[in-house]
Amino acid sequence: MPDIYLPLVTNGGSGVPPPSQRLVVDPITRIEGHLRIEAQIQNGRVVDAWSSGTSFRGIELVLKGRDPRDAWVFAERICGVCTTVHAIASVRAVENALGITIPDNARIMRNLLEAVQFVQDHVIHFYHLHALDWVDIVSALSANPTTTSNLARSISTWPNSSPDYFAGVQNKLQVFVNSGQLGMFANAYWGHPAYKLPPEGNLLAVAHYLEALDWQRNIIQMHAVLGGKNPHPQTYLVGGMATPVDPNSQSAINPARITQLRNLAAQALDFVTRVYLPDLLLVASFYPEWTTLGGGVGNFLSYGDFPMSGNDPATYWMPRGVIFNRNISASPQALDQNQIREYVTRSWYTYSGGDGVGLHPYQGETAPKYTGPQPPYQYLDTDGKYSWLKAPRYNEAPMEVGPLARILVAYAAGQPRVRQLVDGTLAKLGVGQAALFSTLGRVAARGIETQWVAEQLAPWIDQLNTNMLSGNLTIHNKTRWDPASWPAEASGWGTTEAPRGALGHWVHVKNGKIENYQAIVATIWNGSPRDARGQRGAWEEALIGTPIADPAKPVEILRTVHSFDPCMACAVHVVDAHGAEVTRIQVVP
Amino acid sequence: MPDSAPKREERLTQRGISRRQFLSFCGFMAAAMAVPATHKVRIAEALDAAPRLPVVWLGFNDCTADTESFLHASNPTVSSILLDLISLDYHETLMAASGLMATKSLQDTMTRYPGQYVAVIEGAIPAAANGAYCVVGGRSALSTVREVCGSAMATIAVGACAWDGGWSAAAPNPTGSLGVRGAVPGIKNLIVLPGCPMNVVNFTATLVYRLTYGAWPAVDSQGRPKFAYDEDIHDECPRHDHYEDGRFVLEWGDAGHRQGWCLYKMGCRGPKTKSNCSKVKWNDGVNWPIGAGHGCIGCASPNFWDQMTPFYTALPGGGDD
Repeated sequence: MPDIYLPLVTNGGSGVPPPSQRLVVDPITRIEGHLRIEAQIQNGRVVDAWSSGTSFRGIELVLKGRDPRDAWVFAERICGVCTTVHAIASVRAVENALGITIPDNARIMRNLLEAVQFVQDHVIHFYHLHALDWVDIVSALSANPTTTSNLARSISTWPNSSPDYFAGVQNKLQVFVNSGQLGMFANAYWGHPAYKLPPEGNLLAVAHYLEALDWQRNIIQMHAVLGGKNPHPQTYLVGGMATPVDPNSQSAINPARITQLRNLAAQALDFVTRVYLPDLLLVASFYPEWTTLGGGVGNFLSYGDFPMSGNDPATYWMPRGVIFNRNISASPQALDQNQIREYVTRSWYTYSGGDGVGLHPYQGETAPKYTGPQPPYQYLDTDGKYSWLKAPRYNEAPMEVGPLARILVAYAAGQPRVRQLVDGTLAKLGVGQAALFSTLGRVAARGIETQWVAEQLAPWIDQLNTNMLSGNLTIHNKTRWDPASWPAEASGWGTTEAPRGALGHWVHVKNGKIENYQAIVATIWNGSPRDARGQRGAWEEALIGTPIADPAKPVEILRTVHSFDPCMACAVHVVDAHGAEVTRIQVVP
Repeated sequence: MPDSAPKREERLTQRGISRRQFLSFCGFMAAAMAVPATHKVRIAEALDAAPRLPVVWLGFNDCTADTESFLHASNPTVSSILLDLISLDYHETLMAASGLMATKSLQDTMTRYPGQYVAVIEGAIPAAANGAYCVVGGRSALSTVREVCGSAMATIAVGACAWDGGWSAAAPNPTGSLGVRGAVPGIKNLIVLPGCPMNVVNFTATLVYRLTYGAWPAVDSQGRPKFAYDEDIHDECPRHDHYEDGRFVLEWGDAGHRQGWCLYKMGCRGPKTKSNCSKVKWNDGVNWPIGAGHGCIGCASPNFWDQMTPFYTALPGGGDD
């Protein structure tokens, strides 16, 4: 077992530096993409942290010169976990540039595709990405199935709850473990003192982990109905959607497809309310300390989403807004996209104006220049540039985006259902509002948001059905489909709230082709490195103060990082107006 | 000495698989792989074998859609695959361990099963800047993929990016991205499953074929399994009659569109794309892009981001008969 941490003497200053250790966790697993965390540990707690995106692809360079109507197809492939979201942001950006209003059926279908994405993605996150930080699989083997059944029935009416059912799951797990091949559960932190659930809680969670795998495969069929397939639904169009609506056709959204959607939506909501939320509350109740850890920057941003008419943000069902300093007592501030800047001070890019400059995406430039250590390396140069992520800031402040940001903005805006769900959750856990600003607060916000969104699936399917039955079959506004109808130059901005947070695409179209394309994605906000003023990004800040019981098993770091649901493929991108070449790297022998 | 049927059945029951489920699954796989139904018994025996096949799944510059596609596996389901059929020893999206302990899992498999594990590769491998555009665990993807594929029994490249670099490699390919064959010169036993993403039906069928026959399914010169990639989408398209009879969608949302007419004039790449989407469709056969009303974008074709764009310009030649 190699040394995983070396005493690192901090530089500068007088006197003897305090004993401290540099901990590296790379790869961070159970996320999307490639993330490295370096943390400085002192007296058993994180005193500093650096978040590094370690991969880079270059979507904006690839999009330059292409047909803007194709952009959504490319952009969607920024991420396959958050599939659909970049497609939506892309078509919106081009529609904004070209001045296109989409028909109501297209609005509804896009809202449904996105809502389904939220619900499926959040449930997968809880069980398949986050749960193993809180749930000890090996402990489940010593659970009593009858006690587990009693526990399950005490928190939910979900039918898969008999002692025999849990005995069956336990048996399956035992056979698996007995095989000696632990697969994806090998070399993990089972038995770590930070795991607090009783064996029965662990067995319950394992059973639902498996059920959720089946559930997500089923309900995502809604994407296939509306979008042809998942991942990467394929029916978006600049100007609307390519999914016909016709009650008399077998090749369109018709009454049979509506029924199919309704059944799947009901399955989705049922699992969320009777399995996901009860499990979330159960797990949270065993980890009260985690309502005081992982607070982070305390500033929150949401673009809002789910237009109820055209693409008018004023009609967004999920409100847009900004919160500073954890203030949810006042209405959220209005969002002004002119306040967005991106810094590359600590990122592997150069700006023509130098490293101290922050640029709005319309003036954005990205020339990738890797100045990190040659791989293979042991440590990054965390005093210098250390990430492929840029550092976006709003009004010069680091912001958090995602479920917590959206729920807080909705709460502060007085959204009744959100207030009800949030206040109810806090009451059940016996904590006050301050608990929202924590790792568990993020987890709870994600669950609350999932229920809030899942409750809209049926009403929005009804909207589509009503249109269909009333003879409204329009799905595409073709007035600006032909490039001959476009102005010589146009710029536009498209946003969406992806499950992981605020997502914006900016496009400049010139002579029928993409001249410049930029994306600032949720995980760039959350996983951002320092900016020109040295302010940490959201999860760098959230890691400060994290207790580490055993540096060889840093489950506590994973808990907080995972609470943000990182998506690194989304976060690394190239925005370029100049197409600068990569600097040749000298190979160090 | 083959196990007796009762013993095998007991083992299956222990794993929570009913006999009926198991045989149903075997029948499905036999159909998907176009093997005789009499082979069902062989499949059943092979799937029951222990130890489970060690698999390491590495993602590089990817979007993770092939993994998401994998999670949609049914017949067998993904949980059945993970618990019963293979030992997925490394997968950064799903595995419990992080950091050095995750890397240890990868190294353990390579040490314990040299030449006997399967490598699944997702994502493009960037070669520019000495591999600095994708570094995992402090090591470049370029270096890792060569070592992992070098001592694997076989490599399955899933999705467009692992085949030919995908959109990372689309013009101007700023990161010098390559598919697996380009990144690992001389690679042996490479199977590719193109698609953006791959269709999980083809992945599970390939795995089950291997487990059943101890060999990989027949592949073409590109390494694509013939059972999935030997025909154009157009050949088996349910809208083929519309194409033949000249019934084309002319505008999004017109009467022909609502009637399910041919999407050729709206840019469909079906005639130029080898894939079995029109037969197996997507998401448990619920639908597929053409069925939903949008043409094929040719995502299983080589370098499709450059070769098949602009997507809405109709393919030359056809459709005017």
